[in-house]
Amino acid sequence: MRGSVSIVGASLAGYWAAETLRRDGFEGRISLIGDEPHAPYDRPPLSKRFLAGDLDDDRLPLTTAEKLADLGLEMRLGCRATGLDVATRTLEVDGVAEPYDGLLIATGARCRNLPGTAGLAGVHTLRTRDDAEAIRDALANGARRVVVVGAGFIGAEVASTAIGRGAEVTMVEALEAPFGRVLGVEMGAVMADVHRRHGVDLRTGVGVDEVLGDDRLAGVRLANGATLEADLLVVGIGVVPNTDWLEGSGLTLDDGVVCDETCLAAPDVAAAGDVARWPNPRYGEVMRVEHWDNAVQQGVHAARRLLQSDEEATPYAPVPWFWTDQYDRKVQLAGRPHTDDEVRVVAGSTAEHRFAAFYGRDGRFTAALGMNRPRQVMQSKGLLDAGASWDEALAFASAWE
Amino acid sequence: MRVVVDFDLCESNAICMQIAPDVFEVRDDDFLYVLEENPGEDRRAAVAEAVQRCPKQAISVED
Repeated sequence: MRGSVSIVGASLAGYWAAETLRRDGFEGRISLIGDEPHAPYDRPPLSKRFLAGDLDDDRLPLTTAEKLADLGLEMRLGCRATGLDVATRTLEVDGVAEPYDGLLIATGARCRNLPGTAGLAGVHTLRTRDDAEAIRDALANGARRVVVVGAGFIGAEVASTAIGRGAEVTMVEALEAPFGRVLGVEMGAVMADVHRRHGVDLRTGVGVDEVLGDDRLAGVRLANGATLEADLLVVGIGVVPNTDWLEGSGLTLDDGVVCDETCLAAPDVAAAGDVARWPNPRYGEVMRVEHWDNAVQQGVHAARRLLQSDEEATPYAPVPWFWTDQYDRKVQLAGRPHTDDEVRVVAGSTAEHRFAAFYGRDGRFTAALGMNRPRQVMQSKGLLDAGASWDEALAFASAWE
Repeated sequence: MRVVVDFDLCESNAICMQIAPDVFEVRDDDFLYVLEENPGEDRRAAVAEAVQRCPKQAISVED
């Protein structure tokens, strides 16, 4: 067993990696290096209850100060990894070189932004606690006309929260439907209906031409010529994995840190969470997954990989799963659908916004989607884990109603 | 060990039910029920995974 492990990235994957090393009996030094000043905290509430002002600040940390102390970690918060050389096993933190024995990369991702918005007050992205506090303060200080660009997780949840705080919300999505790239056209239309029924002015199939304003945001001009006046603009157009610091490190970078199927990127170097790209043998597909549950599970897997020999190592083969809370609806997706899969509603009704739907392709059961149907989604996830066929899945679901 | 759920935080994502169905159950009313408040030691690893993977961090274990 190696003497020490350096974990770069002190968010969900990094924290659970550290916890796993200790729980599995690793007694060496563990450095947890993160560029934010905060102890590891949970990000999903940032666009939901925390943004709504409905969650105490002390509920954000991933664990209590006592439990964190019990892990005996070398906490290096506010420190940024700036370079790596796997040939010489050298990590560089804030420009200073240091050796490592084992390294776990969990540097996550950062938000894309619209061009021409740098330094413009009133324009926000949402990734960190500080980002969320800024948006929360803007809403509390009277931002009434809110424009959200991008109807993915961040956009849809911010729209939902802003509506809940009484703002007027316009959401702009370049695709034909919210979550269309994930759920396909049919279920994306259901998501659109949820937003519209809650009062969001949803504009789909249109991009943003220009963000207006000199020092302070004035509005947004869309590609169709329409102009939206705005006090607050939240941009949720996806993320870029944080791999800049790994240029020239000797690792393979390709929209993420490229790993083998056990999450190993180089000898004694593993990666996990939003930054990791790996071939998931369950799907025969190289993927990078930005979901919360993946960060937890892959953090655990990558930590164990560092403790294992090549012979002991096992592939990381999860069925991806996510949830999103919008208004009073909980949406969960287990599996990995293609947008042109067959979709069948197997319980409830889409019109009532309470249903479960299955995705299938070539006799295979590929995914289960639920809106306020957590029990059914989780039973379906069990079927997906077990590799059930489309017919087996439909037979199982036929008992539901 | 004793399983404790903070029902102010729980939003019935039901991942715990998938991991330890003998301990946790989300029923058709969308509420979580703890079926076994004092599971045996042989269930410690499963309960620990449920604690870890609860999206709302609503589950804890008291020894």
